Amino acid sequence: MDADSLLLSLELASGSGQGLSPDRRASLLTSLLLVKRDYRYDRVLFWGRILGLVADYYIAQGLSEDQLAPRKTLYSLNCTEWSLLPPATEEMVTQTDVVKGRFMGDPSHEYEHTELQKVTEGEKSFDEEVVVQIKEETRLVSIIDQIDRAVAIVPRGALFKTPFGSTHVNRTFEGLSMSEVKKLSSYFHFREAVDLKNKTLLEKANLDPSLDFLDSLEYDIPKGSWSIQMERGNALVVLRSLLWPGLTFYHAPRTKNYGYIYVGTGPILPFFIPPSLWGPAPRGLPGQETQSKALASGKLECATAGDTRTRLLATAGGDNLQPSFEEDK
Amino acid sequence: MEEDEILQHSFYMTSIMDNEFPRILNLKDITLKSPIPVEILRGMLVQAGLAGVERGAEAPPITVLRFPSFWPACRVLPEERPRGLLGRRDAAAPSRAASPEPAGTPAERPRGAARVRHCTACASRTLYWGGGALLIASMESSFSFFQEKERQELGGAEPPGEEGAMAASPPEPEPPSPAPWEAERSPADPEPGPLGDVPGPRGPAPAAPPREPSAPTPGSPDPDLAAPWRPGRTSSAGAGPDPRRRPSEERESAPHHASPSEEASFPWAPQSGAGLRGPWGASHDDSPREERGVIISPEEDSDGHWDPALPEPRASEEAPSMLDIAIQNAKSFLQSTSSKTGLNLYDHLANMLTKILDERPENAVDIIEKISQDVKLAHFSKKFDTLQNENELLPAYEIAERQRVLFLQGHLEGADQELEDEMVENSLPNVMESAYYFEQAGVGLGTDETYRIFLALKQLTDTHPIQRCRLWGKILGLEMNYIIAEVEFREGEEEEEVEEEDVADEKDNGESEAEDEEDELPKSLYKAPQAIPKEESRTGANKYIYFVCNEPGRPWVKLPLVTPAQIVTARKIKKYFTGRLDAPVISFPPFPGNESNYLRAQIARISAGTHISPLGFYQFGEEEGEEEEEVEGGRDSFEENPEFEGIQVVDLVESLSNWVHHVQYILPQGRCNWFNPTRKNEEEEEEIEEEKEEKGEEPDYIEQEVGPPLLTPISEDLEIQNIPPWTARLSSHFIPQYAIAVLRSNLWPGAYAFSNGKKFENFYIGWGHKYSVDNYTPPVLPPVYQEYPSRSEVIEMDDPSVEEEQALMAAKEASEFVAEEIEESEEDEYEEEDED
Repeated sequence: MDADSLLLSLELASGSGQGLSPDRRASLLTSLLLVKRDYRYDRVLFWGRILGLVADYYIAQGLSEDQLAPRKTLYSLNCTEWSLLPPATEEMVTQTDVVKGRFMGDPSHEYEHTELQKVTEGEKSFDEEVVVQIKEETRLVSIIDQIDRAVAIVPRGALFKTPFGSTHVNRTFEGLSMSEVKKLSSYFHFREAVDLKNKTLLEKANLDPSLDFLDSLEYDIPKGSWSIQMERGNALVVLRSLLWPGLTFYHAPRTKNYGYIYVGTGPILPFFIPPSLWGPAPRGLPGQETQSKALASGKLECATAGDTRTRLLATAGGDNLQPSFEEDK
Repeated sequence: MEEDEILQHSFYMTSIMDNEFPRILNLKDITLKSPIPVEILRGMLVQAGLAGVERGAEAPPITVLRFPSFWPACRVLPEERPRGLLGRRDAAAPSRAASPEPAGTPAERPRGAARVRHCTACASRTLYWGGGALLIASMESSFSFFQEKERQELGGAEPPGEEGAMAASPPEPEPPSPAPWEAERSPADPEPGPLGDVPGPRGPAPAAPPREPSAPTPGSPDPDLAAPWRPGRTSSAGAGPDPRRRPSEERESAPHHASPSEEASFPWAPQSGAGLRGPWGASHDDSPREERGVIISPEEDSDGHWDPALPEPRASEEAPSMLDIAIQNAKSFLQSTSSKTGLNLYDHLANMLTKILDERPENAVDIIEKISQDVKLAHFSKKFDTLQNENELLPAYEIAERQRVLFLQGHLEGADQELEDEMVENSLPNVMESAYYFEQAGVGLGTDETYRIFLALKQLTDTHPIQRCRLWGKILGLEMNYIIAEVEFREGEEEEEVEEEDVADEKDNGESEAEDEEDELPKSLYKAPQAIPKEESRTGANKYIYFVCNEPGRPWVKLPLVTPAQIVTARKIKKYFTGRLDAPVISFPPFPGNESNYLRAQIARISAGTHISPLGFYQFGEEEGEEEEEVEGGRDSFEENPEFEGIQVVDLVESLSNWVHHVQYILPQGRCNWFNPTRKNEEEEEEIEEEKEEKGEEPDYIEQEVGPPLLTPISEDLEIQNIPPWTARLSSHFIPQYAIAVLRSNLWPGAYAFSNGKKFENFYIGWGHKYSVDNYTPPVLPPVYQEYPSRSEVIEMDDPSVEEEQALMAAKEASEFVAEEIEESEEDEYEEEDED
């Protein structure tokens, strides 16, 4: 949510129950303004809150003129002093993926993770346990990046692409209409398009290059990972991600007010497969067999998801989605 | 009278020119009261950037003024128009021939022309100049009628008295363009003579002499040009027949006009060049000469060239003819209609510019693409206006209607005060107060929503015999959310439910009877373990009744009592709520019941896990001391401690042992008070005992499950894989002395409790899921049951091999041999015996 309209945004997003206390609100309003000045951001977003055991991380993001340019992420523990986080790298993500559980609320806290590494000495090779230290700050960066890539969204038309290739806030955006509001296709991922390039020409035929330059939620995997609700009569639409519970997107139709906020504990692995995906068992996934059978029988809802998210995607997606799964890897 | 009106109009005109909106609003009133010539009104509005103009297709034209959103469309009928405010004749004059009067003083004609210059550029456009801005209002293309009318009006005479009024009128938006153009032209063409010769014969004699001095003095054109023109015109106006004759001649002698065949367009054609040069000319608006230029050139055009012999215009017309043609060509290209959409670029650009000037967005150039798109989109929305938009907001109205009832209920209540008096104890909780504290903690719904829930709770307590009521929390669902109220009915007023289980039993019996008639199918020997009975209302997990609703204003639905089986299964599954109470819960292991049961089970679990209060707030009831209960499951009731003095907030934050659970722990069995499943009905028990004795099994003994007793400090809660179950915090670090203690459950994310030392409250908002470090995995399916025990008699034997067969044969033979021998010997014996 935009830091400039924080109060209104919080009011609109309050349906999920995660607000900010008055003192936090006040200090955010003050400090984010200064952040905008000091870092010379074009726009500052209040991104949300990651609940730690000892303390919470308050996250803000700074955007440059080009809205899709890499975002700078800042965190604060007291809503007053902000520290810049390094940009996320793939290495970070794979490294921190092994850490489970909650955040502590101390950026210098180090998680310990033991992993087996093959050590070759001469001709012999044997496994050796190596303890890896992972800083919580690194994990924070990685989680924020993952959430951003997976569930940060904007309504269609809120951003537009200029012929020069940069993306700007669309000043003439007047909100989605009532008929568009309930469709997932009216919402876009707020990141560089990934799936769009893989679409066929036929699918792209009706797209408006200045508006439809992002991936829409329609083809998100797994399907049904969003809950759309109309609240307050029809005056507010709220999207909640089931992939990352805690992410709330709100938009008041026919107004410019939109935004998203994440308030949650960090990674909660998804455990659902909506009924629409019961179907033939996916191939080539040993270890998932029992669950796949259960799914195939059609009498089970629920709740597989192996150890990792990617596995779930594969399970959920079924055969035809196998390629995309591989590409992800 | 007329003068007054003119003054008025010119006054408003001026104000519009200055872009003073309040006065423009006044103008609206004025226009409604008194008729204003349409052209003027329209001109004013358009010049002020307030209106686009449309004209009805059929004659007499109805002029429709479309205003931007804040003014409704207003129509001015032609009958109202003619009253000649600015000296124009009524449109009643059927043709130009019927209005023989020469044109009036030049002073007022430019006025008309300046206000509304329809079709200056082409047959279907109007260009306006005002305040230095160019406005283009799109019009419908059937314009000829209006032009005709215009010509008549301009040709008409007007009362002389008005001239003064006109002169008094403040700076008017004149079309300045032709003047500068001419100013450039006149010095550029040193030889007006030959050019003048062409129209010469047609020109009236009196007009000629004044022309002469003007042409040869290009160096100082301003005063000279101005001086002769006026007399020129007046004099020619005096010659009545002349103007009438001119048009026909003009038609013949104007081959350079782009569309001479069109009668309507030809008089206007020369102006088109001027029209396009408008913006350029506008920059020279100030010079007095221009005004005069304005006066002349359009007038002569619109009035059918009754000053055709003037050398300057002639010269100018001759010279730009190439330019004009080029312009006409360009224009006609722009106006070419798209074969796909039926639009043309000229209209589109005009519409875009109108929109931009209407709305005046900042940095319009950056968003021009979007504006273009919007303009095109507007073509669609217009048509749908009457069809749609009505049903779309229906749900919004419905919920508003429902919530209105909540706000009205206070009035109804005021009527019967007796009812109020009857309610000795107010069961309604102060939701807003708790919400305030939770807001300090950074939790909670918005103030608005909370208040609506508050009202809904009031409705609930008013309609049910409720002793105690509490807002339990909110559980999010996929389609709708649940708002949950925890209530306790007054003694004796409990509403009993119809037992569903009995119905189910009856069904089973029916089925078994039907089966008896058929061939007996093999029956399963499996006997389900005896179901653990659910706890009575007001005890254990069913201590409170829960009501849910999806949105404040919607009806409250009472949730059924929870059964142990439901709790046990709910622990094994993890599902999102849909928001519909009757939705099936499809899961493994199968959940006994639908979503309302699942919801109730989760509520019971969350309450048991997260409802906490400061130590000492509650105490065990003293009279409640039945020994049996003590032994079996600990005391299960408590009461408020009247002597509770409160705990320091700091202590509450620092030590979790200052907080206790005040909801009973639910045993693994699914009940709060342990039920011994082995203690069965006496008959059954005997049977089973016998069976077991036969089988040689020992009677199974189940160890009693024991959980922590009521009012156990939360510091004894178990950790979840090294994660502490609670996080305690002060609400504010800035002003700690007034902060409150906030506890957040890490086991049930979304469960919160606060205490300010004396008061406390629990609240839950979330998806209704327990936290687990590892991903949820459903239990593995149980192994398939065997159909029958595999014993030797049912096992198929292997076919014997050849060797075995041979061996068997050998053995057989051998045995036969032996048998024969025996027989023989026996026979021998018999024989012997016989012999004996």
